[in-house]
Amino acid sequence: MRSDRLNRSPMGLKIAAAAGLAFLHLPILLIFLYAFTTEEKSYQFPPPGLTTQWFAVAWNRPDVWAALTLSVKVASIATTVALVLGTLCAAAVSQTRFFGRETISLLVILPIALPGIITGIALRSAFSMADIPFSFWTIVLGHATFCIVVVYNNAVARFRRVSGSLIEASMDLGADGFQTFRYIILPNIGTALLAGGMLAFALSFDEVIVTTFTAGQQSTLPIWMLEELIRPRQRPVTNVVAMVVVLVTFLPILGAYYLTRDGDQIAGAGK
Amino acid sequence: MTAFAEPLVLPERRGPAGRLSDFFWKHPHLLLTVLLAPPLLWLGVVYLGALFALLLQSFFSIDDFSGLINYEFTLATYRQLLSEANLDIILRTVLMAATVTVASAVIAFPIAYYAARYAQGKWKVLFYLGVMLPLWSSYLVKIYAWKLILAKEGILTWIFEKLHLLWLLDAWLALPVVGGNSLSVSYTGTFIVFVYVWLPFMILPIQAALERVPGNLIEASSDLGGTPAQTFRHVLFPLALPGIVAGSIFTFSLTLGDYIIPQIVGSSRLFIGQAVYAQQGTAGNIPLAAAFTVVPIVIMGAYLFMAKRMGAFDAL
Repeated sequence: MRSDRLNRSPMGLKIAAAAGLAFLHLPILLIFLYAFTTEEKSYQFPPPGLTTQWFAVAWNRPDVWAALTLSVKVASIATTVALVLGTLCAAAVSQTRFFGRETISLLVILPIALPGIITGIALRSAFSMADIPFSFWTIVLGHATFCIVVVYNNAVARFRRVSGSLIEASMDLGADGFQTFRYIILPNIGTALLAGGMLAFALSFDEVIVTTFTAGQQSTLPIWMLEELIRPRQRPVTNVVAMVVVLVTFLPILGAYYLTRDGDQIAGAGK
Repeated sequence: MTAFAEPLVLPERRGPAGRLSDFFWKHPHLLLTVLLAPPLLWLGVVYLGALFALLLQSFFSIDDFSGLINYEFTLATYRQLLSEANLDIILRTVLMAATVTVASAVIAFPIAYYAARYAQGKWKVLFYLGVMLPLWSSYLVKIYAWKLILAKEGILTWIFEKLHLLWLLDAWLALPVVGGNSLSVSYTGTFIVFVYVWLPFMILPIQAALERVPGNLIEASSDLGGTPAQTFRHVLFPLALPGIVAGSIFTFSLTLGDYIIPQIVGSSRLFIGQAVYAQQGTAGNIPLAAAFTVVPIVIMGAYLFMAKRMGAFDAL
């Protein structure tokens, strides 16, 4: 009898969990309200009035567009590099046994496990020692370094489920290594790579700490935001950009979730 | 005997792709090298090289007159690091990291426990996305949201006013260390934002640890007469501890290295991250900045060592 009652959650726990989730979400929702406020000079609540004029103002701002374009470009190239390197690493670690495998996993995780400021300042001093001028490519280099781990984690988890006997069967039936990769491995790990790529894109699109160290005069969207946060120039435009950024980052996260949620029903998983 | 006319070994494949494929099949170690070389060159050479170069700099010093780096081995920079003002910064950061970690664990536990034990079907999905979306949504936007909330004219003051509790807020802000002119320039504000931004990093490992606790252990404890508090103290908490430690690795490490949150929401007193940023930027003292980065590395190294002994890595 007592067990029956235990399967219903206690009221206190329910309230604490709900309050915790509300704490996580209400601040983000508040951004949506502020994007419509008529107040320009302060963060007054409640807003004195509501308007949609700031969307048009933000739309016509060339600096916002320049920052957005740069961010998308950097994130696309960093994601591509991370996809190639992360998949190679995952394939090597999961398909073979060799000395130092554990070290490789540690090495991949290190850029994200160490505080971002360390990665940033390390890359910056390396660039200045090697006399590499800051450019678009130094930003990409920094981003790709910490994006590898996201792709790697997704790919390793999926490789573990791809049965080795499928690959052997393909080889036994006369397919060469490239055909096996094209027709057996790629379809099996495809969604995991897509999910990893989306997460890497979101990570790079949002990154600010490493970027402040590896960017020269250019500003990505987060750098633009950071400048607005330190020295607010036009608060309503910042509000609108913040809202758009929230909406844009939600899409890859939801996409990645739907791509990997059925992870357990993959061909060959049952051996 | 015609059955043996077929050769036992297949003929060599034709075409460059086929020959390459055969070659790798015969030499698996070469395949491994080809797979590993690009990522290892990137991470092992570029990234680790940069890290070691940075750490090496902390053993150099800066010439006080010319402002140039003096490339001679010295411990003078570390002596400078241990001066009173800098120790103050380190202590402040570590204290903040510790309080943030404890507060995140307290707030995260009920969410993780509910999600792991009671949430079913679509509620499970809701809880999962409810943690994942804030985790992945923009770091700066989250800080910005709190700047809106904590501002003097913002929503929090408004709520206190409507509840006729403004005196309580004022009394809190009048307190010596945690107070300030308004919440957005006080340690309290910095603390809230840190907890908010790192909370999802704490929820996920605790949830992973709690998913593995069999429900019948809890039932057995209460069948044997344990009150809910006793069950929590003697059954649930010890089993969740590796998850809490795993989460605390994130909250602790992230707070130690952050320089943006205290810069935007907080008083003017520096944290380690801000000190590193200031030393390498305006002050141009790369050796001292490098020595400062050694602090979180050493603290996290010791922390990870302890965490590993407690089995926290199985909960990641």
